[in-house]
Amino acid sequence: MTQPVSPAQQQDGPAAAPAKTPIQRPARHKLGLRLDVRNLSLLGVLAVLVLVGGITKPDQFLDSSNLQLVLTQASVIGVVTVGMTFVITSGGIDLSVGAIVALASVWATTLATQEYGFAGILFTAVVVGLACGLVNGLLIAYGGMVPFIATLAMLASARGLALQITDGKTQIVTVESVLDLGVPDSYVLGVPPLVWVFALVTVVGWLLLNRTTFGRRTVAVGGNAEAARLAGIDVRRQRLYLYLLSGLCCGIAAFLLIVLSGSGQNTNGNLYELDAIAAAIIGGTLLSGGRGTIVGSVLGVLVFTTITNIFALNNLQSDVQQIAKGAIIVAAVLVQRRTARHGEA
Amino acid sequence: MPQTSRRGLLFGTAAVSAGALLTACTSNEPKKKEPAADTGPAAAADKPGKPVTIGFAGPQADHGWLNAINENAKSRAGKYSEVTLEITEGSNDTAAQIGQVQTLINKKVDVLVILPADGKALTQVGLQAMKAGIPVINLDRIFASPQAYRCWIGGDNYGMGLNAGNYIGEQLKDKKNAKVVELAGLDNLELTKQRSQGFADALKNYPNIERVARQAADFTVESGQAKMAQLLQAQKQFDALWNHDDDQGVGALRAIQQAGRDDFLMVGGAGAKAAMDAIKADNSVLKATVLYPPTMAASAIDLARALGQGKGVGGMSELEIPASITLYSAVVTKDNVDQYLPTGFS
Repeated sequence: MTQPVSPAQQQDGPAAAPAKTPIQRPARHKLGLRLDVRNLSLLGVLAVLVLVGGITKPDQFLDSSNLQLVLTQASVIGVVTVGMTFVITSGGIDLSVGAIVALASVWATTLATQEYGFAGILFTAVVVGLACGLVNGLLIAYGGMVPFIATLAMLASARGLALQITDGKTQIVTVESVLDLGVPDSYVLGVPPLVWVFALVTVVGWLLLNRTTFGRRTVAVGGNAEAARLAGIDVRRQRLYLYLLSGLCCGIAAFLLIVLSGSGQNTNGNLYELDAIAAAIIGGTLLSGGRGTIVGSVLGVLVFTTITNIFALNNLQSDVQQIAKGAIIVAAVLVQRRTARHGEA
Repeated sequence: MPQTSRRGLLFGTAAVSAGALLTACTSNEPKKKEPAADTGPAAAADKPGKPVTIGFAGPQADHGWLNAINENAKSRAGKYSEVTLEITEGSNDTAAQIGQVQTLINKKVDVLVILPADGKALTQVGLQAMKAGIPVINLDRIFASPQAYRCWIGGDNYGMGLNAGNYIGEQLKDKKNAKVVELAGLDNLELTKQRSQGFADALKNYPNIERVARQAADFTVESGQAKMAQLLQAQKQFDALWNHDDDQGVGALRAIQQAGRDDFLMVGGAGAKAAMDAIKADNSVLKATVLYPPTMAASAIDLARALGQGKGVGGMSELEIPASITLYSAVVTKDNVDQYLPTGFS
């Protein structure tokens, strides 16, 4: 807080560069598309999955309606994962994402909120998400709490508040303009609006992480917070912004979930935190911070959603699904590591 | 830092006004107040008898059905002028619930009604109450030992599956090679296995019907939507669907609407108000639901009152109330929905 504010802001872009870990290779950014080896190997995993799906259930899997289905199912958790990727890249963690999605979705679907129609629901979902992110950010950045604990506390309170608001009841949405976004009539160029939002969040997230000072500061804070501070970055403010960003993503995801399910329920977003962290890690974001890839995270989400889709199409039961999912995660990470090592050598 | 503080002021005001706006938005009070889950005429031939204090301990009402259980117990007790209901704050924590039951024992209530968060784990405290001379009505989730309760009353998961299967069977009996799809509840729970078993056993009576797919959701709207969307993609044509739970059914119906499908009939489970409304309106694929009635809590209050006053149940010639009562999972269709609509929960 003692640092001069505006001059530092202009300078810390270039100043932050030395603080980056050596793994970050800015030279590659020239390509525009930042598909490093890890992403390529994930694409390989995805290709194998598509092959498996195509062979086992050619009629149902290789179908444009199935592509719409997979992308739609990926959109809610995908948006959450983009926010999570930023937090993890900065060396933090956000365990409260699922609970924030639940709270935002029930707050936005109470009878009182629904009276304000489409705008009321969207506004409430986003602002509740932001507010939870703000609390997380303040506790972590200025209250000195460990992210794991602060967001765990938020997880508990937000779930509790969501339960208190709903009283355990399922809140059904009756606002037509919201419901209409989830049905085929609303598809633009054959793509559901939910998927458009997911794509937009992905692109903005990618630009933010790879093309802006904000993104470079995030990587710098995650790589070495002390070095980043010495380089003139307001580390605390950066952290605050990151949890706000994660909260914002949760708010958007909550709105998407409301559209998708036509309701709000306090059980929404169950275990999103684990799904989002797993997708980001599989994608190649370092859990210890300092490196993050939005493309990888999105591929990670798509891998998970495609696995679920193939299992369901083949009518495998949940026990088999869970066992196989665990095995595939391990296999994907092992393959990825091998290829990454070869790529670097 | 003048410019930051101006910005701060701006954001601060925005935040405060957004907050003020939002807190007004947590209300779920409907414009016109609907009557709370009503439970039919007050029981059995009765003038008020001697005063009875009933202790009621249940799990945390974290979904619609459990919430309806609490409301049913309260409204039923309210119908008897001589009944006092001591109701504890619901808890899903076994230790906390044991403590609550012990408190009720110490208060020397006349009869206990217990819906355990976990039947096996609360057996000991049931035994403790019985030994202290307080009869226990065990509601739905059964204790490990019959010594721990005077009377068990609860729903029939196997029967739900059976009745759903038989209803679907009758609807499709003239159809050759009929295909049926099952959207089950949480697979970790034994009750899901029982429901699926009952469903499978009923379908065996109809050799023309084959269950072509089964996926398990987890009782949430979100999972119902996700799993149903996959099932619809996997099965391009089928004749009937049984969904175990009306809460996840909200999501399932949403997925069906999103896929633009109406080529089959759907049967729900549990008996939510939203499902009954849809059956009554008859404008979706949902044509019936099999009950797992939350009115059992009201019946448990009746039983507790009878126990406390030392009499049997009206309409039966026994001097004592039964030791065990399994409720029937009625099939609610358009024809009888009006009768059941007041018991529907949200």
